[in-house]
Amino acid sequence: MIKTILRLEDISKRFSGVEVLHDVCFDLRPGEVHALLGENGAGKSTLVKVITGYHQPDHGKIYLDGELVEFIDTRDSRQAGIAAIYQELSLFPDLDVAENIFVGRHPLNYGMKVDWRKLYIEAQELLDSLGVKIDLKQKARHLSIAQQQIVEIARAFSINARILIMDEPTSSLTLNEVAELFSLVRNLRESGTAIIFISHRLEELFEIADRVTVLRDGYYIDTCNMQETSRDDLLRKMVGRTISDQYPKVEAKKGDVFLQVEHLTSDGLFTDISFELRAGEILGMAGLVGAGRTNVAESIFGIRPAGSGKISIEGKEVTISSPHQAINLGLAYVPEDRQQHGLIPKMQITPNISLPKLEEFAKYNWILNKKERKFAYSAALQMEVRARSIWQLARELSGGNQQKVVLAKWLSTHPRILILDEPTRGIDVGTKAAVHKLMSDLAAEGLAILMISSELPEILGMSDRIIVMREGHVTAHFSRTEATQEKIIAAATQNVRTGTLQ
Amino acid sequence: MTIQVSKGTTARLNIWDLLSRFREVGIIVFILILGAVVTLRAPSFLSVNNFRDILMNISILAIVALGQTIVILTKGIDLSVSSMIGLVAMMVAFVMKQYPETPVFLIVLLGMALGTIAGSFNSIIITFGKVPPIIATLGTLSVYRGLVFFYSQGTWINSYELPRSIKMLSKGQLLGPPNLILIALFIAIIVYLFLKFTRTGRNIYAVGSNVEAAEYAGIRPQRIKFLVYLISGLLSGIGAVLWVSRFESAQTNTALGFELQTVTAAVIGGVSISGGVGTVTGVVLGAILLGIIQNALTLVRISPFWQLAAQGLLILVAVVLDKVIYTRVARN
Repeated sequence: MIKTILRLEDISKRFSGVEVLHDVCFDLRPGEVHALLGENGAGKSTLVKVITGYHQPDHGKIYLDGELVEFIDTRDSRQAGIAAIYQELSLFPDLDVAENIFVGRHPLNYGMKVDWRKLYIEAQELLDSLGVKIDLKQKARHLSIAQQQIVEIARAFSINARILIMDEPTSSLTLNEVAELFSLVRNLRESGTAIIFISHRLEELFEIADRVTVLRDGYYIDTCNMQETSRDDLLRKMVGRTISDQYPKVEAKKGDVFLQVEHLTSDGLFTDISFELRAGEILGMAGLVGAGRTNVAESIFGIRPAGSGKISIEGKEVTISSPHQAINLGLAYVPEDRQQHGLIPKMQITPNISLPKLEEFAKYNWILNKKERKFAYSAALQMEVRARSIWQLARELSGGNQQKVVLAKWLSTHPRILILDEPTRGIDVGTKAAVHKLMSDLAAEGLAILMISSELPEILGMSDRIIVMREGHVTAHFSRTEATQEKIIAAATQNVRTGTLQ
Repeated sequence: MTIQVSKGTTARLNIWDLLSRFREVGIIVFILILGAVVTLRAPSFLSVNNFRDILMNISILAIVALGQTIVILTKGIDLSVSSMIGLVAMMVAFVMKQYPETPVFLIVLLGMALGTIAGSFNSIIITFGKVPPIIATLGTLSVYRGLVFFYSQGTWINSYELPRSIKMLSKGQLLGPPNLILIALFIAIIVYLFLKFTRTGRNIYAVGSNVEAAEYAGIRPQRIKFLVYLISGLLSGIGAVLWVSRFESAQTNTALGFELQTVTAAVIGGVSISGGVGTVTGVVLGAILLGIIQNALTLVRISPFWQLAAQGLLILVAVVLDKVIYTRVARN
């Protein structure tokens, strides 16, 4: 029998009534790199958080070395030898490499004074054993991202980690750095460490992983040896569902080009983005989280203006340097993060709705309460906001109702161009359908809609045309008829640097 | 689907909800209890004269605290108000000493203008220099106080050097009660209307509760931040003229330490240091509560040294209470 170090049995987890993991099974062997694969929202992160004790499963068992364990928190799992390295690195920028490795566990003289000599010797030994070279006295803020990752890995091993979880470790590395990281990972594998490796780059998995487990919509799909599978096979397992015609998209008459974006570039965020958007059209923007889609939307809306490139509205070139200007030009932006960017949570529904076009409800500077109240009431009614009254605080509403308020707020500005960033993330099915219906209606009325979404069915179901972004570049254009899930995933995960599709 | 006002939900409103929604009620209850206790020990507390004294004592505080409130609503703070008062007081007092015939309304306008100029430096440092408000105004707190010494060369302006007209600005009784109280009331009403019924007022609350969402909604937060320090300077300028009028002098240490009283009044009145929450009524009641405590401690013959401690205790109680109420409400 093959030895197993970690085994998960029938793990289920629900958040506020929505089940995000359904009876997921997973096993990990010492000395293997086990890839975890799935679309955004497939449940990978949640599964990792269950393993590290950040979340407790509602149902299911975790066995470590064959023994049933329950992790109360992340400290618990760390003591058991499980370490995780996330996309957002957590080094202390002003401490040096050695201190970062031993932070909180400095070796002490007589239990009092930090033994600096011992600290540096032990740190050096650790880096040597990992086979990497980094200056121990270097401050963390001066390290490259790859070096920071290595320090995190060293930190994990200073507490004798036997299981290492790496969440998208290569997403911001250059090709050379990836090669370095992989040689380190191979060393660790040789020494018997078990590694859970999450990446969207399929070609990398073929290079580094031994086995792969595919999750989809919170369900366990399959586990197979990398050698016995193919890229197409994995893609099919990741996607694997058919789209019913639950999307109320109606064909709208396309009008003039409302928004034209040419060669938009913002250093480090996105490069050479070009597309056009017509009246009556819904343009879907697909891609993985972090592909730069939100950055593009934010730069069009004037929040972080792009470094170079051209934006034209109805044929006229414009420069938009603030949302204030964007709104006056007829743009509206429903942001991805509705708590942080979409709403004033401490304000009531009414002022939230009237905020972007307050001048319409005012004479000079004086707010006409009756006009404002009437409008807010009818807008809330039209959007079917469920609330005690229009004076209820926005923060007391459910996610779906908050999104309806955000939509009501932006429609109050009578925009011609509407940018929707993840319009249905985290909201219930009923509201979701309502939002889709609304989008279709608005397009039919002649609005131009740019929809950013990480949900493929939504992209395919709602868009007239689709563009796909990957690492700050547009990698593909599809019309509604030619787009398929497989094509979009391929374009979203294709390697931009080599341009190859493996 | 509709916007439903269901009776069930209203009935569920408990005491914590009420306290969080109507902070003013809590302060009034506290004032009544305090008043009752003090009256038992010193019946003279309950006299018209005493009430007039209390209101006279807190009028300037209320005016400047309202400016402070507008700043705190945007998540900022203006520590320089006391030095702006000191500086403007000294300058207008010198003008009056030199030109005793100057009409009072011109003096008031001069005070407003000087205060606004002083405030504009805070605005510039905070919005263009991107300096955190607490640091910026801590700096100008010292700079302006230094300017008072520089300007006055360390001398004072005394009562006999000031014209009668300026003294009557606060003490005259054009409409019955002393003018000072009516001026404070008038300003409170203006600020109330400004915050509650104007676009600018609405935008101040929006920027304070969520600056990012406000910017996404087309508000220009830097403009709002610029404006609030101007307003604070303006109200401090008015406060300065009234200070000279009421205390009939301008000294190098005029209003020293006053900035903390304005913050205290605002916080007791329910203004949240984290921005976006606070009402004019609350702040006025906060100032009145401070005034009553000072007055009561004197009446029941408790050493004035205790006054500071009592003030401090009150601010702590207010902040802790806020926290407790907030977590209770959040849990419900």
